[in-house]
Amino acid sequence: MTLHLTDHDRALLNGEADAAAAFAMQILTGFARSVGAEALLDIAGAHVDGCLYHGAVSLDFVERLLAGGGRVRVPTTLNVGSLDLIHPELVRLDAGERQPRRRLMQAHEALGCQASFTCAPYQTLFRPRFGEQVAWGESNAIVFANSVIGARTNRYGDFIDLCCAITGRAPAYGLHLEEQRRGRVLFRLKGFAPSQVPDDALYVAVGLIIGAASGELVPVIEGLPPPRDEDQLKALGAAAASAGAVGMFHAVAITPEAPTLADAFGGHEPDRIVAITPASVDAVLARLSTVPEGAPIDAICLGTPHFSRGEWDRLLPLLREIRPDRGLPIYVNTSRATLDGLRRDAALAGLEGTGLVPVVDTCTYVTAILRDMDGAVMTNSGKWAHYAPGNIGVSVGFGSLEDCILSAASGRVVRTRT
Amino acid sequence: MTRTGTIVVAGRAEGTALVLAEPLSFWGGIDVETGAIIDHSHPSLGASVTGRILVMPSGRGSSSSASVFAESIRRGTGPLGVLLARADPILTVGAMVAASLYGRDCPIVVCDIAGIADGAGVAIDASADAGDGTVAIRPA
Repeated sequence: MTLHLTDHDRALLNGEADAAAAFAMQILTGFARSVGAEALLDIAGAHVDGCLYHGAVSLDFVERLLAGGGRVRVPTTLNVGSLDLIHPELVRLDAGERQPRRRLMQAHEALGCQASFTCAPYQTLFRPRFGEQVAWGESNAIVFANSVIGARTNRYGDFIDLCCAITGRAPAYGLHLEEQRRGRVLFRLKGFAPSQVPDDALYVAVGLIIGAASGELVPVIEGLPPPRDEDQLKALGAAAASAGAVGMFHAVAITPEAPTLADAFGGHEPDRIVAITPASVDAVLARLSTVPEGAPIDAICLGTPHFSRGEWDRLLPLLREIRPDRGLPIYVNTSRATLDGLRRDAALAGLEGTGLVPVVDTCTYVTAILRDMDGAVMTNSGKWAHYAPGNIGVSVGFGSLEDCILSAASGRVVRTRT
Repeated sequence: MTRTGTIVVAGRAEGTALVLAEPLSFWGGIDVETGAIIDHSHPSLGASVTGRILVMPSGRGSSSSASVFAESIRRGTGPLGVLLARADPILTVGAMVAASLYGRDCPIVVCDIAGIADGAGVAIDASADAGDGTVAIRPA
């Protein structure tokens, strides 16, 4: 397959704009050839997952773009970094470790990226529109953009998302293309009692199941109860992208490209059909916890992906009602924009002593925030429960938001779900 | 024995094959300071990629592997070259970034990897920018 470049692409590649665009276009065309793309397409925006520090190469790459006069050509948001720049004391790194991590975040800003530092850019002003072509990094954001919004991105990430932002172009392949977005595997919920209150854990479990069983194919979910809010679909997508390579899902009668089952499959038959039963949901949720009910805990971690205002508005009444007072930290990852809004509304007033610790710009599973970890950590996030044991070596109890706050009050894993 | 393959990232390299039965994710899969495979679920746990010609079916996992792969090339703990049965965009980007930033080539060629034995001598000649490269294999 041959990659056809436009005159504009070739001009960027030949350095007619600046050295940074030439460098970015060189990497982008190499990537495009290796995925078999025949052309590049214009993008309306980018979300760059380049602020996590993986070693000197992370910073050298961005410094090269800056030295070459680099500037993003489309509105670009930034994913989390390795530091909380608003509450620097939370992250336990020494000065020598902080310096390149801080510089990496600042250098991205110097390229013209927005200092959003959130894994949930779709909760911000930069939410893309239906049908818009974008280049996004960060797995949960990619799934949300494709599935819940109907914007179009592939699973981009390190280096290449920024090359797309610098050139304003992306390879025309995969989920950018209509025919690649149709469903291939059908997941059918069966045997669930109708419930008036959509259970958060069900969405996490369905996400984990479709993630593990879809491979690279687009999954379609039939029979999912209408979600209370977007946050339940966010949790589903984040879990799916943690357990597998899912970049997009359809939920029949819920997500915008799947008004009907036939629409979701683009008129084709499913390659495979998988049943999701109450037993398979219970089994996958049981595997998320590495400690039993009643096990001692040292912290609560919420907000993976970053807590929305709606999630805060469910958490804060629980904190006021249950009022944990054992001093266990309740870390809540959120964006600085969301935290600003809470502060503006004085929404966090009167919660002293409950252990509440808002964390911004980063996430408790990617950097050194947690301390004194003899016991387990309680979370309501399928994504956090999936990654934290490997990333930061902790044991995990999984439960609902209310379970998490009850656990904070008792110092042990409490689970009310039957 | 010589076979031809598609050049994904240009360069020349010569070394001893490290043949992996399963794809390796560099992120979470290797210790970038030592080049050792640390993924406990991988059959080649404990082997080192440093200075070897890495031979595996494909890449795997998170896009962060591009950074870890590039960082391993920068540190000299990575492989000298890579042979894949299927192209992998994440490894492609990592090798291209390392070549551009540090002038250290880690050629990647997509070819038939069947019959390449662990420990065999492999010479990759992928000096052109595109098209076919050659892979010369000397039995272990």
